[in-house]
Amino acid sequence: MNAQAVDHADHDDHHHGPAKGWMRWLTTTNHKDIGTLYLWFSLAMFFVGGAMALVIRAELFQPGLQLVAPGFFNQMTTMHALVMIFLALMPAFVGLANWLLPMMIGAPDMALPRMNNWSFWILPFASAMLLATLFVDGGAPAGGWTMYPPLVLQTGAAFPMLIFAVHLLGISSIMGSINIIATIMNMRAPGMTYMKMPLFVWTWFITAYLLIATMPVLAGAVTMLLTDKYFATSFFSAAGGGDPVMFQHIFWFFGHPEVYILILPAFGIVSQIIPTFARKPLFGYSSMVYATASIAFLSFIVWAHHMFTVGLPVEAELFFMFATMLIAVPTGVKVFNWVSTMWQGAMTFETPMLFAIGFVIMFTIGGFSGLMLALTPVDFQYHDTYFVVAHFHYVLVPGAIFSVMAAAYYWIPKWTGNMYDEKLGRFHFWMSTIFVNILFFPQHFVGLAGMPRRIPDYAVQFADFNAISTIGAFGFGLSQLLFAYIMIKTAIGGKKATSEVWEGAEGLEWTLSSPPPYHSFSTQPIIK
Amino acid sequence: MKKRIAGSLLTTLLTPLAAHADWEVNMTQGVTDLSKEVYGLHMAAFWICVAIGVVVFGAMIWSIIYHRKDRGVKPATFHESTTIEILWTIVPVIILISLAIPAAQALVKIEDSSNADMTIKVTGYQWKWQYEYPEEDINFFSNLAQSSRDAATDPTIDPASVDNYLLEVDNPVVIPVGKKVRFLFTSNDVIHAWWVPDLAVKKDAIPGFVNDMWAQVNTPGTYRGQCTELCGKDHGFMPITLIAKEQADYDAWVAEKQAAAKKEKEMQTVTMTKDELIVRGKKVYTTNCIACHGATGAGVPGVFPAMTGSPIVLGPVEPHIDILLNGRSGTAMQAFGKQLSDLDIAAVITYTRNSLGNDVGTVVQAADVAAQR
Repeated sequence: MNAQAVDHADHDDHHHGPAKGWMRWLTTTNHKDIGTLYLWFSLAMFFVGGAMALVIRAELFQPGLQLVAPGFFNQMTTMHALVMIFLALMPAFVGLANWLLPMMIGAPDMALPRMNNWSFWILPFASAMLLATLFVDGGAPAGGWTMYPPLVLQTGAAFPMLIFAVHLLGISSIMGSINIIATIMNMRAPGMTYMKMPLFVWTWFITAYLLIATMPVLAGAVTMLLTDKYFATSFFSAAGGGDPVMFQHIFWFFGHPEVYILILPAFGIVSQIIPTFARKPLFGYSSMVYATASIAFLSFIVWAHHMFTVGLPVEAELFFMFATMLIAVPTGVKVFNWVSTMWQGAMTFETPMLFAIGFVIMFTIGGFSGLMLALTPVDFQYHDTYFVVAHFHYVLVPGAIFSVMAAAYYWIPKWTGNMYDEKLGRFHFWMSTIFVNILFFPQHFVGLAGMPRRIPDYAVQFADFNAISTIGAFGFGLSQLLFAYIMIKTAIGGKKATSEVWEGAEGLEWTLSSPPPYHSFSTQPIIK
Repeated sequence: MKKRIAGSLLTTLLTPLAAHADWEVNMTQGVTDLSKEVYGLHMAAFWICVAIGVVVFGAMIWSIIYHRKDRGVKPATFHESTTIEILWTIVPVIILISLAIPAAQALVKIEDSSNADMTIKVTGYQWKWQYEYPEEDINFFSNLAQSSRDAATDPTIDPASVDNYLLEVDNPVVIPVGKKVRFLFTSNDVIHAWWVPDLAVKKDAIPGFVNDMWAQVNTPGTYRGQCTELCGKDHGFMPITLIAKEQADYDAWVAEKQAAAKKEKEMQTVTMTKDELIVRGKKVYTTNCIACHGATGAGVPGVFPAMTGSPIVLGPVEPHIDILLNGRSGTAMQAFGKQLSDLDIAAVITYTRNSLGNDVGTVVQAADVAAQR
């Protein structure tokens, strides 16, 4: 490279560098800046949602009503779910996609940078509207995040705010997804065929389609709620010739794919991390891709397993039971592939690997209870008990959330150029793992013994396990302050990381410097 | 049963701190043939999961112990095997089919409520259950027992000191043993779900729909359950108590219920004194109104109006009777005309007008309410 070219490159960098001050973050169209915004935002919301969970667990520490009134308790369960799903987990995955997809496919940035800016900046406003419901007449929505009518129609002034917040969050997700699909389809480096894409790219590619297919369905459902309440329609009111169960069908047609929206990117993350630390290529790459696609397809034909007790015809119950059980097959393939990747590797156990292994084990435990829940006659006993609460928290907390933490530890040296504190990272992992099990494992027991979910008070025979669970919750919550501390500390400084960071890491992102240049790949790499 | 009592007595003596606690970790086997079948399926699925877990986690742990870099191992390079992929697709399918067949058989039996010996209609309300026996002409409401209600909100009462805290009602539903009882479920307001674990019966009660489910209980006893579909503020406070009685005892209970209903009907034409009405009205208020309007009549600002100083309570009596009879659409105020007798409505109106910080002085008689129906 001659001197003139170097000058030119410097000039270019300067010209396209970030704006100064806070305007940089408001006007940015850079995938890394937007990724960073998404990730910090989601971390903040993780603590907001977590605080709500602690209110719930504190009230449930002992039988009797001690801290909050039942109405406020219901607001907490509803808001905890909405915040964690829409404001913490989904933005975390979109943040990871923003940071990583261009670097993984050898692109300079996302395909639609201005839309990218917009899809992030809708979020804080939608979130503010949702959280503001806590302060309006009648309080926040308290009918559950599933928003079933007729109960949700009893919501006070919070009702339209809830509906419009959901609309805005949906628009943000759809824009993010369009961007991801456009980027993956158009901006891959020469030679990177679809079947050479890293699995994180694959899983997000499929997730983005799920989002585009289901978010409008949710938007339709909540719009019908809105007109039922304010414009005298009767979509879901039996008295007016409507059907309250139809809402549940529409909601879960969105809701079940949504579950996979929260877990497919996690599968991708774990599939990136395990080969690195096993120093062995991922076992069964193509079967992983097919399994992901199968799960995505099946997610559209199992929705009614959330509503086995609404009085479906027996034929429908049989269909949804069989279809649901079928999901165990591709999910099993994935778990077997991860274990085979570890098998005869040369493993080390840095923090990302610990979280990834924790993910595989505890996600599988959540999968087991999922299989049990699929059996319709037995689901009649499990449905809407703490057994279900234990099930979905196992797949979402030591499942999805652990994968996000694994990703944060794995890639933060790349993002910031600084190594995180390995000792503290491992300590954070062990604290999280121990407490998350103290928190959620006993919930299987109280659920099976007959404790319904979403109740602020319970019969005394459930007292001991609830007390244990609450202790686990506070331990888990406090451990996450450590996570925030480690992340902030690493963002500020620390031991410098190399480009490759990890000994066994494969993939284009590790060919870039740590931290990477502002425009990831200004010249496309060529994949052989 | 005896063993269990002895066991819990032992626990009580040994660990005073966990006096009434229970370390139950598994599903009940229940008291019907179907509930036992469901329990069997649950355990079969559980042991299959344990077996798969042992194999998968075993391989992982083996690999974590032996295939680590600090043991100086060189990583293998294999990364695919079509044979293995096919194998671990087919084997799970076979395991799943072996589970699906008995599950489907049980489901078909559960869903067949034909040829029932008797029918009970169950209606969910915010927050109580109504039970109707169409053939016996019995109809009553079942509310959370007052002892539980007090203990939940009064910090001086230890919930553990209350018998069957949150699982006791004022009027339990009663069925005969050995009979196939068909339950019909519907709701008056929002969606509820009726669940008694020992019967393995859980069904949603949905406004505008009638669902059904059945049970044939073999052993007499008291079986308890709760509402399992979030139905608002007091979702956790609308339990189910079901008593299965021998046929003779059941017949006696039916006769007693019918006699009580007859007596209640006669009461409707009696004119009562103000004090009598207030005493009765207080009871009606505690059972039906307190959940929203509060024990002191303060309500919940912004959600449920206060009784104290309410313009309806202080105003003319006709609109007051009207709102109790017909409710107020679009709010949680129900049409109590369908739920309470004329006398109870008259009593509760007299009570709210002369108590809870109000002193209007009006006395409303059952006949006044009947005139406005």
